[in-house]
Amino acid sequence: MAKRVLMQGNEACVEGAIAAGMRFYAGYPITPSTEIAEVSALRLPQVGGKFIQMEDELASIACAIGASATGVKAMTATSGPGFSLKQENLGYACLAEIPLVVVDVQRSGPSTGLPTSPSQGDVMMARWGTHGDHPIIVISPSSVRETYELAIRCFNLSEKYRTPVIFLMDEIVGHLREGVEIPEAGTFEIVDRPVPEHYYPKKHAYHLEEGELVPKMAPFGAGERYNVTGLLHDDTGFPTNNNKIAGDLVERLMKKIDDNYDDIVTTEEVGMEDADIALYVYGGTMRAALTAMEMARAKGFKVGIFRPVTIWPFAERELREVAKKVKRIVVAEHNYGQMLREVERVAKDDCEVRFVGKVNGTVITPEEILQKIEEA
Amino acid sequence: MSKMELRLAGSGGQGVILATVILAEAAVIAGKNTAQSQSYGPEARGGSCKAEVIVSDERIGFTKVQHPSFLMALTQKSLDQYGQGLPKDCLVLADDSLTIPVCLVENRVVKLPILRTAAEKVGKAFTANIVAVAAVNRLLGLVDDEHLKEAVFMHIPKGTEAINGKALEEGFRLADSVKAE
Repeated sequence: MAKRVLMQGNEACVEGAIAAGMRFYAGYPITPSTEIAEVSALRLPQVGGKFIQMEDELASIACAIGASATGVKAMTATSGPGFSLKQENLGYACLAEIPLVVVDVQRSGPSTGLPTSPSQGDVMMARWGTHGDHPIIVISPSSVRETYELAIRCFNLSEKYRTPVIFLMDEIVGHLREGVEIPEAGTFEIVDRPVPEHYYPKKHAYHLEEGELVPKMAPFGAGERYNVTGLLHDDTGFPTNNNKIAGDLVERLMKKIDDNYDDIVTTEEVGMEDADIALYVYGGTMRAALTAMEMARAKGFKVGIFRPVTIWPFAERELREVAKKVKRIVVAEHNYGQMLREVERVAKDDCEVRFVGKVNGTVITPEEILQKIEEA
Repeated sequence: MSKMELRLAGSGGQGVILATVILAEAAVIAGKNTAQSQSYGPEARGGSCKAEVIVSDERIGFTKVQHPSFLMALTQKSLDQYGQGLPKDCLVLADDSLTIPVCLVENRVVKLPILRTAAEKVGKAFTANIVAVAAVNRLLGLVDDEHLKEAVFMHIPKGTEAINGKALEEGFRLADSVKAE
């Protein structure tokens, strides 16, 4: 039987990660993500894993990348200022195709901002923070229970596609405590990275069979040596200036995510069956939307909620369907309109788009969303 | 009880966050839905601190308190600040060392010697939050006493069971003194 316990969002992130097989954590504590480091320090030794506090955020992600290269599922966690510092190595992991989960529990910015206050200001940094065209998967939870499940999903996608996955949490859910039923081991599918049959490959390190988009990954140090670099490389892993090979590599990296949209992108719809107004929310803002929807429906408005769970890649296909169905979409997010423009790009020809944004460190209330539902 | 929205306020270090965690834990043990959150400044101690817990039989959407049904304040600053704009049916519990601000004239206000009871009767000032959760639970009838006790013992350091058990008893006694009035 699943046991029901009181758990904090940050704690659920660690428990989910451990259930997914995380056995290495390197981090540098920062509010509001610090409990992820604390709980990892406590829990990892209990399951045969390793925790290390590094000297800063740059070293933390570098350390996690190194651990993952050797075949261990690894995670690091931070908040906005630290996430800025991790961007360089995040790009390295994208190009070198190192599975990795990077948690960003967002807080108010810019700069060191409001350390203990909620925000969703890192949405675009999560997509484009590291330089150059690169693939990325970003997932955002809206409850403690979902944080547990989605932490597992982050690891699964990261392993399956050999790519960093960003778990974009916010202070609302990270610091929230709720009663959750933690499922027994074996409830969730756990995915491990594709590994070559022999660690002494006749093939090259980044060799692909016909039709494959994700190369198999030998644990570094367990067999034949191979090169890992942040330079564009050929399938031996060594740098190349060959434009054909360079172009093909970047295209494959993008394609391995784009071509698997259906596997990667998930969304949730609540009350959309009869809705003519849709609330577009993600992460902790979902909670205000749920109450706003109830309040609006009590007043006779047909309101539903469309929530991307995977926020990058952008859930464009599903949103387009919603836009065709409703007369208005209300975007609510704790920033200055980072997702608003994406929603407008997809929806503005089919329906009107209104916006509730907040950047003062307080949470968006159901009343503030209700106002945008009621206004003419 | 369908939904109770509780706000506990005080100064950082008084344990008001832990008090709401214990109430939330007790609610989970009792099989109810709960959402606990807090807001605090960057300073760990001495700054003002507010923590909230919602206990409901229904699924909880918005996780912050919208219409407080209960406010507890342990410092004058927090009472003055969070006493503003409360619904008239919000019950207020204040430490008896505090002066009740004019804005609470229409609210039911209960004054109890929470801090003094912890320091003098229990003998340890740091048990004030445990005295408080006992008083709050008895006043509001949130969960069975046994559920609350279980929750308290899950969240205190080993070796402090006796003193915290005493704090619970004193907290219950304080609330009963009000109920008897």
